Amino acid sequence: MSSPRPEPPLALLAELTHRCPLRCPYCSNPVDLARASAELGTAEWKRVLAEAATLGVLQVHFSGGEPLVRADLDELVAEAARLGLYSNLITSAVLAEPGRMQALASAGLDHVQISVQDADPASADRIGGLKDAHRRKLLVAAQVREAGLALTLNAPVHRQNLDRLEAIIDLAVELGAHRLEVAHVQYYGWALANRAALMPSRSQLDRATEIVTAARVRLKGVLAIDYVVPDYYAARPKACMGGWGRQFLVVNPLGEVLPCHAAPSIPGLVFENVRDRPLAAIWADSPAFEAYRGTAWMAEPCRTCDRREIDWGGCRCQAMALVGNAGATDPACARSPDHAAMVSLASEEATREADDFVYRQIGGLKPA
Amino acid sequence: MSAAPANLGEASVPRLAPGVKLRHDAARDRWTLLAPERLIVPDEIALEILKRIDGKTSVGALCDDLATTFGAPREVIAADVLALLGSLADKGFVAA
Ligand code: SF4
Ligand code: SF4
Repeated sequence: MSSPRPEPPLALLAELTHRCPLRCPYCSNPVDLARASAELGTAEWKRVLAEAATLGVLQVHFSGGEPLVRADLDELVAEAARLGLYSNLITSAVLAEPGRMQALASAGLDHVQISVQDADPASADRIGGLKDAHRRKLLVAAQVREAGLALTLNAPVHRQNLDRLEAIIDLAVELGAHRLEVAHVQYYGWALANRAALMPSRSQLDRATEIVTAARVRLKGVLAIDYVVPDYYAARPKACMGGWGRQFLVVNPLGEVLPCHAAPSIPGLVFENVRDRPLAAIWADSPAFEAYRGTAWMAEPCRTCDRREIDWGGCRCQAMALVGNAGATDPACARSPDHAAMVSLASEEATREADDFVYRQIGGLKPA
Repeated sequence: MSAAPANLGEASVPRLAPGVKLRHDAARDRWTLLAPERLIVPDEIALEILKRIDGKTSVGALCDDLATTFGAPREVIAADVLALLGSLADKGFVAA
């Protein structure tokens, strides 16, 4: 299956920690969260950044969990800047002391992405599972703008907040964000456990698409809106991660190198660790990267499909979650034999009255 | 906030929007315009324009410079420059 040397990756997602004050029920972190004592240290992360830059990575996304809980974040941002990497901080923004964003800007940070759970504070705090979180986020967003940093607001949307999409767009404009990502929740990890409480209805989605289309025209040059129709109701899948092992790599808090942050949901994949081997070697031939890289692994209908090098067969984690086989065609694709079953599952769960969440917590899934 | 492209004229002084960076990509030996979650590889003409955007040079001065450097008719250059800056402003890469 091993092919010619892969093109170098463009972006690194550096998951500095799994610790986070929030408990979002759709968190993309694995259900088995890493504890603080197991995290890579400062020197190790600096080495990872240097190896990534040499390998050809241009952008580093500092993420988590909540990266602001790492005391060495400023030092890592400064190192990324020194290496010429474009740096982005992906944060829930409830922890930043006054002056923190200015300090990160001075260290060389290029961009901040803040997630909001809703435009309505009470609902936002309920979804994130933390009191007063929403109000604190707004203060930190102001800090970001005062520090002269570019701001993207990221709004994971689902059945319980999608009806306030207009208010979420207004909030992004008020906060001075340059970009808004309206991201439909992806169903693996914690979100899979909460699918019945999160799945939006078809009419909610159609309405959301109309709202985004109108807002894009109205806010041209003021706010760019990223919006992708959710997989469950799309006819063609997304090129997840731009294709497995093609552009993107993730280093998790333990130092394991993953093709996608959700890859641990696929049983049998073994992830190599930056503590054991150089990043370039892992990228080049680690079995977890080779498993679904390119097109050689594909079965029908992808194998002979004219879109196989456009969407690369869609999302492996979604195929795993819904079809039980990570090597199957993403059921989001209308050409998948499992597509009809996925669509009816989505419409059925969308009508459930069950709005209770299983909250994210260290220690894995437990009954609420 | 960034001006609408309709307001872009010879007197405008464009700059890269916050969070946008032009840098040389050594591993691939090409220039890249980097922005949050986005990346553009400019063609040769776009690159010449982007390299001259510094938040101090006006569109007019930039066109003069390009016309001299490349020995091309200034009105052709000006049309290209305004079109490119307009589309980059729409996408949020450039502010004026
Ligand atoms: S999704 Fe929520 S719980 Fe998960 S890391 Fe982000 S803010 Fe924390
Ligand atoms: S069959 Fe496979 S390659 Fe073709 S569109 Fe569907 S997922 Fe993409």
